[in-house]
Amino acid sequence: MVHRFFGGVHPAGHKEATEGVAITPLTLPVPQVVLPMSQHVGAPCKPTVQVGDEVKVGQVVGEPTGLGAPIHASVSGKVVAVALRPHTSGSPVLSVVIENDGLNTPADPIPVPAPVEQLTTEQVIELVRAAGITGMGGAGFPTHVKLSSGLGKVDTIILNGAECEPYITADHRLMLERPEKVVQGGRILMRALGLSKLIIGVEANKMDAVEALKAKAPADVEVRALRVRYPQGSEKQLIQNITGRQVPPGGLPAHVGCAVFNVATAAAVYDACYEGKPVTHRVVTVTGKGVNTPVNVEVPLGIPLQTLVDAAGGLKGTPGRILSGGPMMGVAQFDLTPAVIKGTNALLVLRGREFTPTPKGTLTCIHCGRCVSACPMKLTPLFFNQRFTAGRYEELEGLRILDCIECGSCAYSCPAHIPLVQSIRAGKMEVRRLQAEAKAQAEAARAEAEEKKEVSAK
Amino acid sequence: MNETENKVLTNRLSVGSSPHIGSVDSVPGIMLDVIIALIPSLAAAIWFFGPRALTLVLVTVASTVGFEALYRKCMKQPMTAGDLSAVVTGMLLAMCLPANTPYWVAAIGGAFAIIVVKQLFGGLGKNFLNPALAGRVFLFSSFPAFISVYTQPGKAYWPSVWHAAMDAQSAATPMGSLHAGRLPDGLSLQQLLVGEQAGCLGEVAALMLIAGGIYLVLRKVISPRIPLFYIGTVAVLTFLFPLGGVARTDWMLYNLLSGGLLLGAIFMATDYVTSPVTPTGRTVYAIGCGALTVFLRYFGIYPEAVSFSILVMNILVWALDKAFMPHRFGTPWFQKKAKEAKK
Repeated sequence: MVHRFFGGVHPAGHKEATEGVAITPLTLPVPQVVLPMSQHVGAPCKPTVQVGDEVKVGQVVGEPTGLGAPIHASVSGKVVAVALRPHTSGSPVLSVVIENDGLNTPADPIPVPAPVEQLTTEQVIELVRAAGITGMGGAGFPTHVKLSSGLGKVDTIILNGAECEPYITADHRLMLERPEKVVQGGRILMRALGLSKLIIGVEANKMDAVEALKAKAPADVEVRALRVRYPQGSEKQLIQNITGRQVPPGGLPAHVGCAVFNVATAAAVYDACYEGKPVTHRVVTVTGKGVNTPVNVEVPLGIPLQTLVDAAGGLKGTPGRILSGGPMMGVAQFDLTPAVIKGTNALLVLRGREFTPTPKGTLTCIHCGRCVSACPMKLTPLFFNQRFTAGRYEELEGLRILDCIECGSCAYSCPAHIPLVQSIRAGKMEVRRLQAEAKAQAEAARAEAEEKKEVSAK
Repeated sequence: MNETENKVLTNRLSVGSSPHIGSVDSVPGIMLDVIIALIPSLAAAIWFFGPRALTLVLVTVASTVGFEALYRKCMKQPMTAGDLSAVVTGMLLAMCLPANTPYWVAAIGGAFAIIVVKQLFGGLGKNFLNPALAGRVFLFSSFPAFISVYTQPGKAYWPSVWHAAMDAQSAATPMGSLHAGRLPDGLSLQQLLVGEQAGCLGEVAALMLIAGGIYLVLRKVISPRIPLFYIGTVAVLTFLFPLGGVARTDWMLYNLLSGGLLLGAIFMATDYVTSPVTPTGRTVYAIGCGALTVFLRYFGIYPEAVSFSILVMNILVWALDKAFMPHRFGTPWFQKKAKEAKK
């Protein structure tokens, strides 16, 4: 049965610069790495090392304090600072800075208690947790939490190889060059969830990757070519496309019996379970007209973005906008000092007409409804913008603003170039503020009522 | 890392909210597509009604663009006369006037459309009525004598550019006959299709209007939803309820090809600003336009019903958008039903 997700847009792919470029390890010297303690959804980690400590590759340097995953050293050497450092998200984050001794002395691998095929669910979850695996697609949800919360609820496991953002080819090359890791890593997750079938969804613009995966896929793995349309790789849209199910508002994939993992996450699970290797490296696509030789490069976590640019032959011309991530959802960078983290799948150096500059002046909505047709969540972005700019925040929640996944399809399709996503983000903050206020008021009222009750009882 | 180099970079980089790319479409680009889509109909009008068709369009466009510029300037508001939306309004206004309309009347219509209907409500995107249609209806009710003199196609030549033949005998429009409950005499469907009929400039050449509509759909400027549901509703209703003992199919086809239906369904009802944004809202709006058109054609006092139907539905757009919000993601009807069944 063919399912489709709603709406969506079809921006130009721009993947040709790097889709044929094999993944190469970083050859440039790395004098030091900066490991931010916030690389995932949830609470930041607490550093477990101090200035002056000697660390080895794969040694834990940060342990989660709440929802999260541990962070490991990506090089061996000496901790020279535990301090605030710039982060790709824009605000400084507590980070462990390690001076590289260049020896790459490995720490003891994570003990794998049994042959991979015989690992129990608990053992897999523990291995995944210990290896610090988080969603490698960008969002960075801790994988072991996804596994344990999905236990018993999930009947379908999907590997996400859609890579629907323009420019990015990191997952594409990974599926092409290391299909074994993706397939077997996915099967480990499948077995851990007690399932007998794994579906890998790949956008049809990567048929070579589909073939490579199929060649390595045992009978219990189905590789499916998906329609090329943004945001195919969004979790909710991928689930809808593959199973026809819709994740309820505010719900998780597990609510409709699905678990979705990125293909790079699956490869990391393979490394953890077969080799006891934690997440210390990742593949990053460095591309855009602003670099000399676009590449897919495998780098230790914590190197500055500048090193990525150097790996791609340096800047070409004047860069216009530098993004961590893709052009639809990536975060614009002020400079090249922030470090590569687990979710950094691409660095784009765009220039000239490659990006649309923020429009100036008053922008007039002509009510064309393109944002409504483009929205994969069936929302009405123009009304968010209208209410937000008019300051009528209390109406936003009723328009379901919190359902928005911020994929940017609306703003992309807007002929008046209204920054709709910006309004939506700010609007969501106002809604949350109003919700918090209402909650506080209700609590105050309840406390008052109880007090009165007590008084009258006396 | 080189500190000075980084500092230079910091000053150069532009940051902004995602998404960082946008489609190449723009508001003037969309307006230009509408203008292009109107050109075949305009060409047909010039062919049938002579050069006065063209000069009349030029007059209304000059009026709409001129008054837009004048208003924005006087009110010290950002200049918007260049966004081509006033050009579209001017062209559409001329398209629903007969070739004989005196220039000064046409110019007043343009001024009314731009100043009263559009700018007083805040300009592009804020008006709740279609400016061209409202301008036309304003002229119909204010200067009926001047704009109900229809020339026979092929009878107007160069002199008419300077002198509107107000004393001429008004030709019967097919819509007039239909309103009286009979098919127009001696007018074949082929003539209606190519546009060899008396009527307003943009209401005669059915094929050219459809060609413009197909262009707009292919360019993704409009979705075919509104025109199809509008025309479909009129087709069904006229087929089911023919008047005057005429054969059903004939009655239906003459109704579809006469009067302002195609112009209205393709170019007026699809006006972004004054039509709903939600898919279901658009369907209901189009069906409403169609039903009202047939109702007014059958029971109204004017032969022409399309303008009034669309204007009435324009007023309801706000309510339609509110009432027909898209179904919320993650709450499919079957899940809801399952929940209700459990209860």
